[in-house]
Amino acid sequence: MAVKVVTPGLSTTVQDLGRPGYYHLGIPLSGGMDRFALRAANMLVGNDEGAAVLEAVFLGPELEFTSAATVAVTGGELPPKLNGEERATWEAFPVKSGDRLSFGFLKAGARAYVAVSGGIDVPLTLGSRSTYTLGALGGHEGRALKAGDELPLGQGKGSKGAIPANLRRQPGNPAELRMLPGLYRHRITAEAGKRFLADTWKVAPEADRIGYRFKGGTALDFVPREQPFGAGSNPSNIVDACYPYGSIQVPGGTEPIVLHRDAVSGGGYMMLGCVISADMDLIGQLQPHAPARFTEVTMEQALAARHDRQAALGRVRAHLGL
Amino acid sequence: MSIRFTFGGDEHIFGEVSEAMSLESFFTSLSMTNAVRAAGIKGVTEICPANASFQVKFDPDRIRPDDLMRELKAMEAAAATSDASLKTRIIEIPVLYNDPWTHETLMRFRERHQDPSKTDLEYAAEINGLGTVENFIAAHSGQPWFVSMVGFVAGLPFLYQMVERERQLQVPKYLRPRTDTPKLTVGHGGCFSCIYSVRGAGGYQMFGVTPMPIYDPQQKVSYLRDEMCLFRPGDIVKWKPVTRDTYDAAVEAVAQNRYEPVIRPATFSLAEFNRDMAGTNARLMEALHGR
Repeated sequence: MAVKVVTPGLSTTVQDLGRPGYYHLGIPLSGGMDRFALRAANMLVGNDEGAAVLEAVFLGPELEFTSAATVAVTGGELPPKLNGEERATWEAFPVKSGDRLSFGFLKAGARAYVAVSGGIDVPLTLGSRSTYTLGALGGHEGRALKAGDELPLGQGKGSKGAIPANLRRQPGNPAELRMLPGLYRHRITAEAGKRFLADTWKVAPEADRIGYRFKGGTALDFVPREQPFGAGSNPSNIVDACYPYGSIQVPGGTEPIVLHRDAVSGGGYMMLGCVISADMDLIGQLQPHAPARFTEVTMEQALAARHDRQAALGRVRAHLGL
Repeated sequence: MSIRFTFGGDEHIFGEVSEAMSLESFFTSLSMTNAVRAAGIKGVTEICPANASFQVKFDPDRIRPDDLMRELKAMEAAAATSDASLKTRIIEIPVLYNDPWTHETLMRFRERHQDPSKTDLEYAAEINGLGTVENFIAAHSGQPWFVSMVGFVAGLPFLYQMVERERQLQVPKYLRPRTDTPKLTVGHGGCFSCIYSVRGAGGYQMFGVTPMPIYDPQQKVSYLRDEMCLFRPGDIVKWKPVTRDTYDAAVEAVAQNRYEPVIRPATFSLAEFNRDMAGTNARLMEALHGR
């Protein structure tokens, strides 16, 4: 029971819900960038929601199955094709031994999640099957897939069903990313803080699992100060500190970077707040050049948004009778 | 001195002990994070000490952010009065300064540097008033360094110089971060040195490379079988300048998995260090060399 990689796509990795507990060593959580889609894909094929799946970005892989299984593709609109014949996204379909799964061109979003009944059964590393490519850790040999790789599958029971469009979660256009201000927000002027929220930003080409860079907005003005000892001379520098997931750092005050699942755990740039946990999934579906705006929220609003996202997952479960 | 607490989104609390770096702030950060760990607060998922700050990640479905904030603030007084001393280790790290690999890389990213006409070492020597690269290497490798943070990428240590503040070497980070840094580069930014555990992006000035792996996800390197990351906060490091021949021999020994790093037990007391830096460092060197 295995999946053979015929062609790997652009950067396809094994991901689950991540590897908590090692951030103090600089080993990030990793795991699917769009966890809503990852959970939904697993639900469709009868897996535990946190089973390991394949995350494909922009360009899908071509896969061959060595046994019968159930497959579902969720996330961005990357149309699956079984032996050349198109299948629906967000819907479970059976595959037989020898069947080939390939993908058409990406129509929307950025990342697709390919769940197979039984889950991708690579070994657990520090409690997770997620791939952390920068640290060559976990997943399949710590790296993105290559042609010729063979991934073992777990024992699965399979399932049926589809998730209609009104139960899915996709970023808007422009994407609205809610953020809680804080951290080193006091380092920029009030005026700069307002402009940051008023501007429409665009995802820069440097956007990956570590972080998403945004460009096209106004450079930030800093509150003047004598730089503290050890921080470095640029006004955006701080004494190297921890970086929260979702934190918005602005090196040199010019292009904000939102750290994501493979975040660097610390560094020396000021951060003006964090994208809230509920909206992290949405970033994973943004393509380069996609427009985005940041909206300020309170902690109460952030927690309410978190509950809304959980309720949305609850509706998917209810729809599938789980 | 009171800690500045702030939320990092709905899943993190960030505490800044001080804006400026000092070993006092490091020890407050360490004792705060030790206290949080010992308290075993439900819903806390990650506890990360840093140079002069720290971060606690939590699950807001299990503990209300305000409740955790209150608990952390209640620990502050105890952390500030704790004894700043450690049973730790001193580790010798061989360094080939001015090596061909960081040189090739720094030439590739010259347009991102403050002074494209100089190498990173030449620039660092000049702005620290040391005149020559040789003098700079002597200053960099002369006294021990203190691991005040682990992070950025897997197992990367941030190292703080154990000398008076006036003698500390300082350099700015690159104007724009590089997209490439050789694996095991010894770098420096602000007042911190670091060892890049893996190849990747970086903004610190590059001075040399060590042959000694400090991170091994396969856990095959003899001294990384139990822990894939070598460094922990509180470790003490002594750089040892080596020649190309010594470097090559060490690389060979690592490849055959017979490389044995010099790691010795040591103690460190901040009060003793502040009273007598030269004496503390001399005692650490004795611990390292087994006399």
